[in-house]
Amino acid sequence: MATPTQILSEPAISAERLVRRFGNFTAVSDVSFRVEKGEIFGFLGPNGSGKTTVIKMLTGLLPLSGGNARVEGIDVRTDSEAVRERIGYMSQNFSLYYDLTVSENLQFYGRIYSLEPARLKRRIDEIVQLNGLAPYLNRLSSQLSGGWKQRLALGCAMLHEPKLLFLDEPTAGIDPVARRQLWDLLFELSGHGITFFVTTHYMDEAERCSHVAYIYYGKLIADGTPNSLRELPEVQPHGTLRVEITTPEVTRALRFARQISGIRSATIFGQSIHALIDDHFNLDELREQLLKDGIAVAEIRPLAPSLEDVFVELTYKHQALLEAASD
Amino acid sequence: MTNIFRGFGAVFYKEALHVRRDAGTLFFSLTMPLLQMFLLGFAIDTNIRQINTVVYNADGRRESRELLDRLTNSDTFHIIRFVENDHDLNDMIIGGKARVGVKIPVDYSDRLLHNMSAQVLVLIDGSDSSVAGQAINVTTAIGLDESLRRVLQDRAALAVDMRPKLLFNPDSRSPNFFLPGLTAIMLLNVTTFLTAFSIVREKERGTLEQLFVTPVRPFGLLLGKLLPYLGIGFFELCLILFFMRFVFLVPIHGNVLLLAFLSLPYLFAALSLGILISSKANSQAEAMQLAFLPILPSVFFSGYIFPRETIPAILYPLSYLIPATYFINITRGIILRGATITHLWKDGLALCLIGAFLLIIAARRFHDKVIMA
Repeated sequence: MATPTQILSEPAISAERLVRRFGNFTAVSDVSFRVEKGEIFGFLGPNGSGKTTVIKMLTGLLPLSGGNARVEGIDVRTDSEAVRERIGYMSQNFSLYYDLTVSENLQFYGRIYSLEPARLKRRIDEIVQLNGLAPYLNRLSSQLSGGWKQRLALGCAMLHEPKLLFLDEPTAGIDPVARRQLWDLLFELSGHGITFFVTTHYMDEAERCSHVAYIYYGKLIADGTPNSLRELPEVQPHGTLRVEITTPEVTRALRFARQISGIRSATIFGQSIHALIDDHFNLDELREQLLKDGIAVAEIRPLAPSLEDVFVELTYKHQALLEAASD
Repeated sequence: MTNIFRGFGAVFYKEALHVRRDAGTLFFSLTMPLLQMFLLGFAIDTNIRQINTVVYNADGRRESRELLDRLTNSDTFHIIRFVENDHDLNDMIIGGKARVGVKIPVDYSDRLLHNMSAQVLVLIDGSDSSVAGQAINVTTAIGLDESLRRVLQDRAALAVDMRPKLLFNPDSRSPNFFLPGLTAIMLLNVTTFLTAFSIVREKERGTLEQLFVTPVRPFGLLLGKLLPYLGIGFFELCLILFFMRFVFLVPIHGNVLLLAFLSLPYLFAALSLGILISSKANSQAEAMQLAFLPILPSVFFSGYIFPRETIPAILYPLSYLIPATYFINITRGIILRGATITHLWKDGLALCLIGAFLLIIAARRFHDKVIMA
């Protein structure tokens, strides 16, 4: 039996060496991570890399081929129904019944979780107020815009007051304002101790998470706070510096920059170039060298790596390892 | 926590809402069978009567006219024209204006009066086998009868007098034959389609995936989804029986309650088939095509239109695997022959077995291909 202090210190999710095989194919290989209570955990990775498989394993839909997982302190292998009682899940297509009204959708999901009528009514009132759904209660959910559908879906997933919510690409295909509002709501709820497990393709959303992990073809290749990932030696090798070079002629500048020794890599970001250079490389020297080729440079300034830089570097490194292993 | 039907009430209520919202589909699926009933009940008659017939009567005397009267009195032939030569006779048949041509030779009456054998040529269009068969049977019978009358000279009774009597459907009414069978096909249609659609729609929408991460138990989910459609299927059955009895005047000789009771295992099999289809189909269009698959063998191999005796030996065992085979036997048995449970329990049992078998396969497929995918 777990003592009360153990329960308090128990993370929202602890995954240890998760493995999932489909026949000969290993979709998830040796994945371990912990999500603490109240965190917004961003789970990233390319399509088909195993994100959904991990969610299905954590929600008890897919049996584990190996490893252990505890969600809200419950072992998913022995009591997946108890896990499903305590979590909420919202998929990217919002999973609403379009021929039912907003209020009928809420009623249905509330009943599914066997909320007794008094509590169901109270929860619906709370959700409606929190999400501003009041004007739309009797409207068919098919007639709502993307942003409102998403709020309704989130509301349906929260009716039973779960302490942990899985959001699978919650902002795919909705407008920027609705996206911003959703994140504001997530921060507010996480302030109340609710944990979020969010998958996304948007790097700016990843930057907002308090904890991110990156899965690449079934293997977890990054896990930490955004800032700790930026400082990884693989991302920021010892003796290098990341700079932003602003110039009106980015395309031509990139061609020349790539030929200068001391610049390890360079890529275009809008009106500027992001480059990884040796830190003994003199910035004034760089400016002069480019000027000599006829490229006027407006500004060169140091830059912290973005999460995109982090994931690109880690992916390259992982691919190199894979190739070395297969040789 | 151990309630294996958890979520049943919520799903059932929601499904009823879907049905009410989508009144168009419900209306369509309930009226289509009635439309088919009207087509088969009123418009189609399998009894061949009034075959268009052309006659070349080269003789023209009393004996020949008597023969023609007997042909027309049989109700099988309808003389549309008399011609004067062989060419016109052939031409009418080739042109499709007449199916049968009768040529009475010029010496017909003479030969009969001299107690010699007289010949009558009957040309039959063989392009429709059932019409041809009927024409051959009736003309042969009339010829035989005519011969006997002349030999016996109306003096004695026939040595062997065959008296065939049609039981259960004495007038050979087509609705009596078709409508009980149609009940089986229509129920299969409605329940399989509606079930498959209701599940595939949730697959398309992504709501099924959502339900799997809630505490709903698979039994609660399936039962909640199926029962409303079982109800619709049952209502459909009542509707069909009502129209059959009071509009098409098909007498029901057996116990209607027994029929209702035995329709349950049939509906069970049809619903299981719907689940099986929905485990395979990923879109409603795909479900539509798959749902048509069981319809064809149910129409052709169940005895609904063609007697099962006509099925080639290799395919005959197939008819035992088709739920409609048993249910058609049940409907015809109860409605036309007044059969009771002692005659029909085997059919009911077979339906239960097929239904259970389908449900097990469907549940297994559903588990592997939908939940674990």
